[in-house]
Amino acid sequence: MSVPIIEIENLTKDYPTGFLHTKKKRSLDGLTMRVEEGEIFGFLGPNGAGKSTTIKLLMGIIFPTAGRAQILGKPVSDVSMHREIGYLPEQPYFYDYLTATELLDYFARFHELTARDRRERVQTMLRKVGLETAGKIQLRKYSKGMLQRVGLAQAILHDPKVVVLDEPMSGLDPIGRIEVRDIILELKKQGKTVMFSTHILPDAESICDRVGVIVGGKLQGIGTPDDIVGAKAQGYEVLFEHQGAGNASPRMAKATRTGARYRLQVSEEDLYPALDELRQAGARIVGVTQMKPTLEEFFMNLVSADRAQAAAVEVSGK
Amino acid sequence: MRNVGIVAWNTFREAVRDRVLYNLVFFALLMMAAALLVGQISIDIEKTVIISLGLTAVSVIGLLIAVFIGVGLVSKEIDKRTLYALLAKPISRAQFLTGKFGGLVLTLAVNTAAMVAGLFLVLLYAMHTLERSDAGVLIAVYFILLKLALVVALAMLFSCFTTPLLAILFTGGLYISGLFVEDMRTMHMPQMSEAAQTFLHWLSYLLPNFQNFDVMGAVAHGRGVPEALVLHNTLYTILYCGVLLFAAAVIFSRKNLK
Repeated sequence: MSVPIIEIENLTKDYPTGFLHTKKKRSLDGLTMRVEEGEIFGFLGPNGAGKSTTIKLLMGIIFPTAGRAQILGKPVSDVSMHREIGYLPEQPYFYDYLTATELLDYFARFHELTARDRRERVQTMLRKVGLETAGKIQLRKYSKGMLQRVGLAQAILHDPKVVVLDEPMSGLDPIGRIEVRDIILELKKQGKTVMFSTHILPDAESICDRVGVIVGGKLQGIGTPDDIVGAKAQGYEVLFEHQGAGNASPRMAKATRTGARYRLQVSEEDLYPALDELRQAGARIVGVTQMKPTLEEFFMNLVSADRAQAAAVEVSGK
Repeated sequence: MRNVGIVAWNTFREAVRDRVLYNLVFFALLMMAAALLVGQISIDIEKTVIISLGLTAVSVIGLLIAVFIGVGLVSKEIDKRTLYALLAKPISRAQFLTGKFGGLVLTLAVNTAAMVAGLFLVLLYAMHTLERSDAGVLIAVYFILLKLALVVALAMLFSCFTTPLLAILFTGGLYISGLFVEDMRTMHMPQMSEAAQTFLHWLSYLLPNFQNFDVMGAVAHGRGVPEALVLHNTLYTILYCGVLLFAAAVIFSRKNLK
C-alpha cells in the first residue's frame, strides 16, 4: 500500500472581509486529499480556486480556520519537517540586493550544510536551472523567468523528499517550461514526491501521475488524468487521403477536408465497417486516433458550471 | 541560535548595501564637522559643544535608522513576499524575528562606531589631544546603543500587528513618553484625582524609561557616569527587549501572511 506523504483533512480557510472584518469569505472549503509517496501530483484550478491557499496552509504561511494537514506524518506547524521540504512560492520574489549565488548560499545555511557542500550544491543548482552565467548578478536585474528559475533552484537545493511548487511554469518561455517539466520528472526518478499547482493543463496531463481539480475552494475531482476525464473513448477519428471526388462513398461524403487529407469521426462500433468502406472507395488510411475528452475540456466544464452557479447565487441574492 | 545568526547576518548585509544608510551616516559626520565650527565660536566650552552636538547627531541618526528600518524589518518582508521561501526552511518565526532584531542592532552598532570614530577625530582636531575623561563619551555611546536596541524592539513589536505608518507613530510616541518617565513618577498635580495619579505612577513603570539613558550632558561636562547605572541600564535593556521580542514573537507566530 502506498504511503501518504501529504495528508489533508477537511481543511478550511476563511478570510475576514469588510472594514471591521465582520464578514468572512471562504477560500477553501473542507478540502480532503492525499498525495502519495513518489508521485507527481498536479493541483489544478482557475485563478482564485484555492490552490495557493492550500499550498500556503501546507507551508505554514497562513493558518487554517478548520481541519488539519500533515506532511511526512508531521503536522504542518512543525518547522523541523521543513528540512525535508522544498517550496517554490507563486511569482517568487527574493532579496534583490543579493546575487543568485548569495541567495542560494543563504538558504543552504539553514540546512546545516558545510561551506564546501554549499558551494557545490549552489553551482549544481545554478547549472540545473540554466543560470550558471548569471550567478553573480544581483537579483534586482533578473527577469521574471530568471527569478522563477532561482526559485526552483532554492526549492530543490537541499535535496528534499517532498517538493511543493506553486505555479512553477508561470513566467517561463516554452523552453523554460520544458526544462521545468524535465526537472520535475527527474525528481520523480529520484524518488521524490512532487506536488505542483498549475493552470497549464497539457503540462499537468503529460507528467502527472494524479491530479486534483479544485474550483471555488472545493475539490471537484481527484485521480489519474484518465480517471478524471473518463478513460472511455468517445469514438475515433480516421485520417485518410483520396485522389478522386470526396463523395465516392456515403461515409466519405461526411468527412471534413483539411488540405489534401480528410477527417472522419466514427463511433467505436462503426470503426471497422467505415475503414472497409473507405478502402473500397480507394482511400488511403493515414491514421486512426482515439478521441477522449481532454483535461482541458473537463476543467472548462467545471469552471463554467461553477461560474453559472455563482451568477445564479448572486442573482437570487438580489 | 544558528538560524538567528544567519538571519541577523543577512539583515546586516541588506543594511550595508542600502545607500540610504550611508547618506545618514554622512549626514551625521557633517553635523560633527559643523560642531567644530560652532565650537570655535563658543569661548571656553568648545569641547562641551563638540561632544554634545556629536552625541546628539549619533543619537538622532541612530533613532531615525532604528525606527524607520526597524518598522520595515518585518513588514517589508511580508509585503514583498520574500518571507514565503524563508518560512519554508527549518526556521521558526520567533527565530526570524530575533535574527532581524539582532541584524539591525549589529548595523546600528557598526554605524554608531563609525560616527563615534568621526567624533573622536573632530575632538582630536579641535583639542589636539584626547584626555582620559573623554572615555566617558564611550559610555554615553553605549547608552545610546542600548536605547536604540529598545527602540528597534518597540518598532518590531508594533509592526507585527499594525501598518508601518501607525507603527512609526506608536514607536515615536512611546519614545517621547519614555523621555519623561522620571517626571511622571515625581510629578504632583493636585487637580488630578488620586486614581489618575496612581494610574500615571504605575504607567511610568510600564513605559520604557529612556530618561535613564541620557547622560550626554554629564559626559559633555566631563562628569563621570556611575557604574551602577551602566549595570542597571544593561539589565533593563536586556529584560525589556526580551519582553518586547517575546510579545512580538507570540503575535507574529499567529499572523496570517498575505
